[in-house]
Amino acid sequence: MSDNTKPIKNVVIRFAGDSGDGMQLMGDRFTATTAMVGNDLGTFPDYPAEIRAPAGSLAGVSAFQIQFSSQDIFTPGDRVDVLVVMNPAALKMHIQDLRPGGTLIANKSNFQKKNLKLAGYETDPLTDDSLNDFMVLDVEITELVTKALEDMKLPLKTVERTKNMFALGLTFWMYGRPMEPTIKWLNMKFKKRPELVEANVRALKAGNHFGDISEVFSSSYTVAPAPLAKGTYRNITGNYALGLGLLTASEKSGLPLFFGGYPITPASEILNQLSLYRNFGIRTFQAEDEIASIGASIGAAFAGSLAVTASSGPGIALKSEAMGLAVITELPLVIINIQRAGPSTGLPTKTEQADLFQALFGRNSESPIPVISAISPSDCYYTAYEACRVALKYMTPIIVLSDAYLASGSEPWLLPNLSDLEKIEVKFTESNGETFKPYLRDEMTLARPWAIPGTPGLEHRIGGLEKEDGSGNVSYDPENHQKMIELREAKVAGITREIDPTELYGEPIGDLLILGWGSTYGSIRTAVKRLQDEGKSVSHAHVRWVNPLPADLGEIVLKYQKILVPELNRGQFLKLIRAEYLVDAKGMNVVRGKPIRSYRIEEVANEMLESGR
Amino acid sequence: MSQERGQKLARQDFISNQDVRWCPGCGDYSILAQTQKSLPDLGIPRENFVFISGIGCSSRFPYYMNTYGFHTIHGRAPTLASGVKLARPDLSVWVVTGDGDSLSIGGNHFIHVLRRNIDLNIVLFNNRIYGLTKGQYSPTSELGKVTKSTPFGSLDTPFNPPAVALGAQATFVARSIDRYPSHLQKMLGRAHGHKGASFLEVYQNCLIFNDGAFRLLTEKETKGDHVLELENGKPMIFGKEKNKGIRLNGFKPEVVTLDGDYSTDDLLIHNETDKNIADVLTNFTYDSEFPTPIGVLFVAKMSTYEDRLDEQIKTAKEQLGEGNLEALIRGADTWEVE
Ligand code: SF4
Repeated sequence: MSDNTKPIKNVVIRFAGDSGDGMQLMGDRFTATTAMVGNDLGTFPDYPAEIRAPAGSLAGVSAFQIQFSSQDIFTPGDRVDVLVVMNPAALKMHIQDLRPGGTLIANKSNFQKKNLKLAGYETDPLTDDSLNDFMVLDVEITELVTKALEDMKLPLKTVERTKNMFALGLTFWMYGRPMEPTIKWLNMKFKKRPELVEANVRALKAGNHFGDISEVFSSSYTVAPAPLAKGTYRNITGNYALGLGLLTASEKSGLPLFFGGYPITPASEILNQLSLYRNFGIRTFQAEDEIASIGASIGAAFAGSLAVTASSGPGIALKSEAMGLAVITELPLVIINIQRAGPSTGLPTKTEQADLFQALFGRNSESPIPVISAISPSDCYYTAYEACRVALKYMTPIIVLSDAYLASGSEPWLLPNLSDLEKIEVKFTESNGETFKPYLRDEMTLARPWAIPGTPGLEHRIGGLEKEDGSGNVSYDPENHQKMIELREAKVAGITREIDPTELYGEPIGDLLILGWGSTYGSIRTAVKRLQDEGKSVSHAHVRWVNPLPADLGEIVLKYQKILVPELNRGQFLKLIRAEYLVDAKGMNVVRGKPIRSYRIEEVANEMLESGR
Repeated sequence: MSQERGQKLARQDFISNQDVRWCPGCGDYSILAQTQKSLPDLGIPRENFVFISGIGCSSRFPYYMNTYGFHTIHGRAPTLASGVKLARPDLSVWVVTGDGDSLSIGGNHFIHVLRRNIDLNIVLFNNRIYGLTKGQYSPTSELGKVTKSTPFGSLDTPFNPPAVALGAQATFVARSIDRYPSHLQKMLGRAHGHKGASFLEVYQNCLIFNDGAFRLLTEKETKGDHVLELENGKPMIFGKEKNKGIRLNGFKPEVVTLDGDYSTDDLLIHNETDKNIADVLTNFTYDSEFPTPIGVLFVAKMSTYEDRLDEQIKTAKEQLGEGNLEALIRGADTWEVE
């Protein structure tokens, strides 16, 4: 390492290249190492929808972003400090996010005519002065790794594949990260192919060494460990956390977990993950379609399992009829929607929060379902757990909203203490000798009893036809229908008693409240922190429960001159807030398939603060 | 009413307190009665029966059975039944469905549930019409059928349910008729006895919208010549006078008269486990040259989906040990913040 090192607080790096260039792997290794040196971090992979678009094409660019810091951070960052590009297409797709003065590292070897043309460049941007705003470091990575591996006599393809390790080694040098964890990891990954271990380790070291000897960098940087709360941490993505949350709920409730799924991006990972856990006794079922996957889950719920189904927007649309059945039969069922950009197939790998109205209203008739949203990758764990707990306690289907950003984004996670989680108590009904009434309700929660097949004396029938209050018999009586609709609504509304008081970040009274839900948490918090540091009267409130809304929210919104609601849709939560509380909230509605950028929130907030009432 | 444990159940125990609301004279009544009569003999406690239906006239069935029941969504009964059975393999799970329910809107679930061989008993009431919506043609209505939605005749070739089932690799395929009570009871028993997905088609008369669809098979004068009652290991004889039979001429089946030229020795012997025979028999359905076969067309032994699942869980536990949640949550890469 250079002895000329400068401490800095915060860095955002983005790696971009062809989908075959191993950018995700590189990102994962950088993340693991960064976690170990104790920085707070946030990551966000950005994949193309195509599995393998032609090499060098714009459609085939895959990227991974990480922000790491010596302070508490909440997002993968929005303005990139260091951009690593493996080819012209990656440069074209990502250069607009590099901040002026930022560092660009480009694999010069790949900037030949053919690749330039594929990316739509007439002239070589590395030489035509178009990148003068940045600090450009063009490195002949391909040549350098070829040289480093010369004596190994490996096939060209294998040599080419180590380019990412070179780039990784170089970025490790820039930020003084150790190489040992990666070397250890390579030894494990290629246990049976020692020549690949050797090749990759050599490339990694060559990259690192290049930093040392090249005169281009006047200094490297150090980012000190962040003052995180004491304890044991791991890095975790949102989807993985969801899976663990479901598993935890199964263990804590003593109920077997049944998961009905159907492959769809970006929800499939949950199906894949849970399918690994056969030794936990988990029953995953890949059904013939989305409808069958929720149908089987409802069947499993009827039979006494903790039943879960997951999908993404278009798949959720297919499930909506069955969701109505779960509503009228009042069975506990967790429905997870990993939202992606739409409509229709839309941008299947990109993020959006535009299924909020679908979750709230996307069924025929009055069909209330509680909706809870996760606010960060690690929060997905608690959200899944909470959803299971509430579904079981209230005998109701429940929707969990996550999105593509949370699903694959990651952050450090302080491991939970399982005994601190709120208890999940489940009691199946048993016969008391009297005629069983499947729709008699608990006085407080209005939940109906859970009487599962196989229990003597409780034989009963449920179904999609309207139920008579109490007996559960089919009823066409108008008064009864009114009553049942109101009862189902009241049951869901009563879930407010499960919601903690809304946490306010900032003063309880002020000029501006920024109100969000779901995955915009990190961006909003980052923006509000900076605004507060500038002395502005701005507070942040964030809801996880969208239905029902927290009981105290109506009071809170009245305490601010102005309200801003940033979200990744055209103003769905905004309309809800305006309708619910009759306040003149303003929206900030971004639908670019990417997380909202915190500096944009700052800009909009400043405009609102500056303009008079 | 709770039953005394250990006491043998009777038909009465399976009758729920709900009024039956099918049209008087509907074939569904018979199927309900034969089911209620058959269940006591199966030796299963009442609370372990679950009846699951979709939407349609037949799908009201669970409401009339004093067992656990679930009246679900149009076409989706097999999916819910699969979930119940996978969660609780010890239960006896029945799917009650109709021709529109299972072959039109639910076609996808129908083929996949059979393919998976989940141990369910699927009873399809085939009346070749949409009854509940008041008389539109169904996927089993014959070509050219004049109905409310096809005033000039239907344009599509019908499905033949046992052929669909065989194509979907069903391991048990049988057929019966609402007006054949003892045969129907026997088939319900056989369906139950088969471990795996059992498919039983029951021809059912809808006297309001498709009356007499199966008249030839149920009227005294005609049924002899039009119904072939299959018995395993027995030659295929039918006819009012028991003087006709099915013979294979090469691969081609033909109807022969036992009049000297042919004797029972020339006839095809039914073998329930022979899929080629099952194929030959199912093709008789819309062919007026041949009698309609009833009975068990095909049966095959195969492990069930739920057994395979249990096996996987067992093996995983043996090889990896009982799942340890805390260890899983920790994962491989953790670090400490002091
Ligand atoms: S409409 Fe037909 S099938 Fe339906 S109940 Fe009446 S007779 Fe039976």
